[in-house]
Amino acid sequence: MDLQVPEQEASFRDEVRTFLEENLTDEIREAGKMVTSVFSPAKEAMAWQTILNDKGWAAPHWPKEFGGTGWSVTQRAIFAEELVRAETPPLVPMGLHMCGPCLIGCGTEEQQKEYLPKILSGEHFWCQGYSEPGAGSDLASLKTFAEKDGDDYIINGTKIWTTYAHHANKMFALVRTRKDGKPQQGITFLLLDMDLPGISIEPIVGLDEVPEQCQVFFDNVRVPQKNRVGEENDGWTVAKYLLTFERGGQEYAPSLHVQLEKIKMMASRQQTVFGSLQDDPVWQYKLAQLEADVLALEFTEMRIKSALSAGKDPGALSSMTKILGTELLQAITELRIETLGAQATIWQPQALVPGDEQPIIGPEYALTAMPHYLNSRACSIYGGSNEVQRGIIAKAVLGL
Amino acid sequence: MNFQLSEEQQMLADSAKRFVRDNSNVESHRQNKKLMPLNEATWQQLAELGWLAVPFEEEHGGMGMGPLETMVLLEALGEGLIMSPYIATVVLGGGFLRRADAATQAKTIPALIEGRLQLAFAAEEYERVFSLENTTLQGAVKGNDVVLNGTKASVMNGDQADLLVVLVRTAGQPGDKEGLSLFLVDANAEGIERAPHRMVDGRQGAEIRFADVSVSQDACIGELNKGYHVAKAVLQEGLLALSAESVGSMSVLLDDTVEYTKTRKQFGVPISKFQVLQFRMTDMFIAMEQTRSLLLASTLKYVEGHADADKAVHAMKAQLGRAGRKIGQEAIQIHGGMGMTDELGVGHFVKRLTAADGLFGNADVHLRGMVKPA
Repeated sequence: MDLQVPEQEASFRDEVRTFLEENLTDEIREAGKMVTSVFSPAKEAMAWQTILNDKGWAAPHWPKEFGGTGWSVTQRAIFAEELVRAETPPLVPMGLHMCGPCLIGCGTEEQQKEYLPKILSGEHFWCQGYSEPGAGSDLASLKTFAEKDGDDYIINGTKIWTTYAHHANKMFALVRTRKDGKPQQGITFLLLDMDLPGISIEPIVGLDEVPEQCQVFFDNVRVPQKNRVGEENDGWTVAKYLLTFERGGQEYAPSLHVQLEKIKMMASRQQTVFGSLQDDPVWQYKLAQLEADVLALEFTEMRIKSALSAGKDPGALSSMTKILGTELLQAITELRIETLGAQATIWQPQALVPGDEQPIIGPEYALTAMPHYLNSRACSIYGGSNEVQRGIIAKAVLGL
Repeated sequence: MNFQLSEEQQMLADSAKRFVRDNSNVESHRQNKKLMPLNEATWQQLAELGWLAVPFEEEHGGMGMGPLETMVLLEALGEGLIMSPYIATVVLGGGFLRRADAATQAKTIPALIEGRLQLAFAAEEYERVFSLENTTLQGAVKGNDVVLNGTKASVMNGDQADLLVVLVRTAGQPGDKEGLSLFLVDANAEGIERAPHRMVDGRQGAEIRFADVSVSQDACIGELNKGYHVAKAVLQEGLLALSAESVGSMSVLLDDTVEYTKTRKQFGVPISKFQVLQFRMTDMFIAMEQTRSLLLASTLKYVEGHADADKAVHAMKAQLGRAGRKIGQEAIQIHGGMGMTDELGVGHFVKRLTAADGLFGNADVHLRGMVKPA
């Protein structure tokens, strides 16, 4: 056991850094700095994806034959760390991290050929049609119904919390195709176009006043059966594969480290009557607690990488990271508003829109603090709420 | 000891609750949040109800009441999404006017009570963790005048105010309680520039820049260089009012969350049946009631002039911050996605509690205040 970084991996880090320095445009950097959510502004994120795709680096985690890079687990982690360190806008995950892997795992060869290249190029912008007004934590109770009609399905119902549905031209959705039996066994996984007749989209304005989520309505929407992934009524298997990917595939610690460094800078700028806030033992104690937690998470994530590198199943550890990563992010955004005091109450979300020319009121570094604090409250709700995650660990790990 | 409301206080509470029922709705609140001038109609209603008169002497047309009645009124108003500059104008601004000279009082208080005069307390500064003695805005004494230079930040009601009460360092260093002075300044005086902005809770605020603003020493509230104690007393009344409003908001968040869990069904049952959620709502309730207890403790000790009143006010503001964040975060989490939307009241109350924590020293600042009493 050791922590040595092999020579070839150190030089790989240099290669990534050089690429970032040479290829990040000012617009993309600016958008990255203003990100207050796991979802970047769509336009800049897609521009960045195009640049990465030209280099062949849009989906390092995909198998090489589908357009992945063939990197080792460690190389992929280095790449992700460097993207975070350079504050690039996170790529929109629905295609690259959700639909893509699902097609690789469960799609037909025809579907893979049709969709995967367009996920990489960004020609297809995907959204995820899972949650419904009555089916959130209890996803299997979803009701949007797809009725067979000749070679098609006719869909009626509604999806909610559909991130970026108003930007997307494609949706992967879970629909009910059978009403009897166990709820999980009557669900089918479908791909569909967002401009089909009968689809309407209503953006939902969030606490940060950004319309990030949407509700999508289906009124007799006709979708060809060939757009089905997996077998009819077996969509839950496909979905479970996706959910696993969504939970296990993300590393939180690198971005949390970056956030903590920025908070230190902010604290050093705040004067108290006894020095800067960074000198305040109360503040130091809070920071230290978070640094300890993030270091622990970093090594939990390294244990997962180590297991994956050795071809082993990391099992329970990956269930932990969603809980830890999201709750630490929330705690860090909270320490940031604590650090900034009244400056964080100044509310100018319009200044976060790329290209906004209005002068910023107050220190520029304070701009993202409150929107990020508010937006990050969603992290423990989406992707399987943290209550659901704890339930999984209780059941699958502790055997309760 | 008696914690029962008097008949008069009960009437005040009842009429404020009625007002909230008739005038508070999420939709108009969302519309109101756009940066816009004061909602004159609402303000006039508050004036007509007599509520702008609560803390003032009867000789100026006031009701001769004090922080206890302000507490009763604001706790009730805090249950609604009513955007008013009550704390900035009546509690803080009015608090300073009540401590100004007789001529100033006669000129300003009746106008304030009639709803014709808006005020703001310009105290916070950029990159200064808030405390009164941490003030740097410079006031250079030149003969009978004082020349102001510097910037005040996050000034509640700063753009709508006709008069500003500015906390100024006229002598000494940041950290000194000596050398602070308070000036009542025409908000449109030459050399003052205001950059209006919204605050996270939808209230209206401003950055206010002072460039060679000349004010007469006659405009000083209290004595030159001896403004600390006046500022502290008024600020404490402001913190008590902010806390009362927050307790009202906490009670709405708790009620809304409990109601939501009774109607929201997952896995075939209302989610209120899940013990994990029951316990968390119980903790929200406990946090709220502890806040209410500290609100009573701090207000009564302040009104009666107890030796440990300062400590109790610090404890109150710290509790407001910590309980407010906990209750707000849990309310959103238990509401799930719906709690994250601009459509429901939940988020708006959460924002109000978050702003209340951030203004005039957050929980950490006031816990520190308890350790080192002022």
